[in-house]
Formats: sequence, structure tokens, C-alpha cells
Amino acid sequence: MVIINGTPADAAGKTLSAFLCSAGYDTKRIAVEQNGLIVPKAEYDSVTLNDGDKIEIVSFVGGG
Amino acid sequence: MSKIPTKKELARALEARHGTSLQKTFANSRIAVCGLGGLGSNIAISLARAGIGTLILIDYDRVDITNLHRQQYKATQIGMPKTKALAENLAEIAPYLNIAAHTARLTLSNYKSLLSGADVICEAFDNAEEKAMLANAVLANLPETYLIAASGMAGIGPANSIKTQKISSHFYLCGDGASEVTDGVSLLSSRVMLCAAHQAHTALRILAKEFDV
Repeated sequence: MVIINGTPADAAGKTLSAFLCSAGYDTKRIAVEQNGLIVPKAEYDSVTLNDGDKIEIVSFVGGG
Repeated sequence: MSKIPTKKELARALEARHGTSLQKTFANSRIAVCGLGGLGSNIAISLARAGIGTLILIDYDRVDITNLHRQQYKATQIGMPKTKALAENLAEIAPYLNIAAHTARLTLSNYKSLLSGADVICEAFDNAEEKAMLANAVLANLPETYLIAASGMAGIGPANSIKTQKISSHFYLCGDGASEVTDGVSLLSSRVMLCAAHQAHTALRILAKEFDV
């Protein structure tokens, strides 16, 4: 299982890109960290989610 | 008009409040505030009052009548660049604060030079895509700098839903994470101040080497 924002998800083996798409994220409004390190947007297609990974997806909303 | 305190007198007053060690730490620190709107202007004032030595202030915009509703500007400053207006207001509060003001839009081409030397960066933009752009750029390319971003503070929801999360070692996020500005939902001064206070407070805690939330 992959821990995504603290919740286990059955996403091991998927690319980050595929997961984000299936979960409905707007990639222009997010920052993603894999095991504490930022994943550059250019790598979303090539990074694979692994069993045991801790993924944080911060989804920004407007206002400030 | 009465004489303002000397730099030493002000430093002593701050030491009396939070101790010599913290006062020295704050005075030697450099914090960038990206965006000088509801969040940024409030963050800047909080940090200036706490005795932060240098603030890097970045905003391309001018004070608008609709800003007075939550931003730390005065009616006499409508039309003025926010960098100029805020610098004036800060000078009256903290006359010895060093200000590096940039009346410019922060972009992927200039962020490294504008943010250079900052110990902490407070993200105080209005636009979700710009927030994401700054977060991605800073976390990837300025990994030693602490980033305190904000997301979700609109509306009249409970004060208690505004919180600070530690996402990773150098990335903190303040807000309720969800309440965005829409056609029917705008920003209220008090709730925006709460988020700004979370950001300013997190910055001070980081400088004091308190990294937990």
C-alpha cells in the first residue's frame, strides 16, 4: 500500500501522473512529495509509486 | 511629535519581552514575504513587531479600496504600490527594520535572486496556481530554506479550523486546506489574520529552533 496524505491507498505500481489523474487532482495547483522529497512536475509521468511510499499531496486553493 | 526610541532602546524593550537570545536570533534573521495582501501585510507586521531584522517584501500591485477590508493599509494609501505603502507603515512600527522591497511579480525567472539569503519564505499569494508554482520551485531549488505556505482561509467558518501542518522537514502549510475564494465566498479580516498569524508564528518558532507543530 502507498500512504497518501496519511491514508493507505492501493496505488503501488502506478505512475504518479496516473494516480493524480484518477484521483482528480489539478496538477497546476499541487505540490507532491514522495518520502519527504519534492517531485518536480516534469517527473510526474516517470515517477512510480512504490509499496510503503509516503506521499504528501498539497492541493492549493485560492485566497490570501 | 515625540522622539522615537533609539535602536538600542527598542532592542532592550524586545529583550524584556522575549529574552536576549531570541531577540538576537530574530534581529539576525531574514524573512521573505511573497505577496503583500491579506496574508502578507499581516505577516509582515507581526514579524516586524517581533523584531525580525530584515524583511524581503515582494508584490507588484497597488493598494485598492477593496483591500482595506483585510489588508494592513490605510485609506490615504489607495493607489500606492503595496511595497511602498507597507514599508511606510512598517517604518512607523519598527523604525530599524531593514526592508528589501521588490515591486515586481515573482516568477520562475527571478525567484532565486529575489529570495536569496532568506532563512524563511512565507508564501502569501492569492492565486492557487502561483502558490503551487512557488512551492514547487522553492522546495526543489532552495531546499535549505523553510517554506511556510497557506491554503484555505475564506469565509466565516470556524476560527478553530485554521491550523498549521508540517508537510516535511522544510515545508509547512497553514490554513484550513479547503476554504477557497469563490463567487459567493470572500475573505474576512479576522480569519485571514488567523492564517497570517499561524504563518508568522511558525516562522518565529522555526527561528527559535522549534520545528514541530
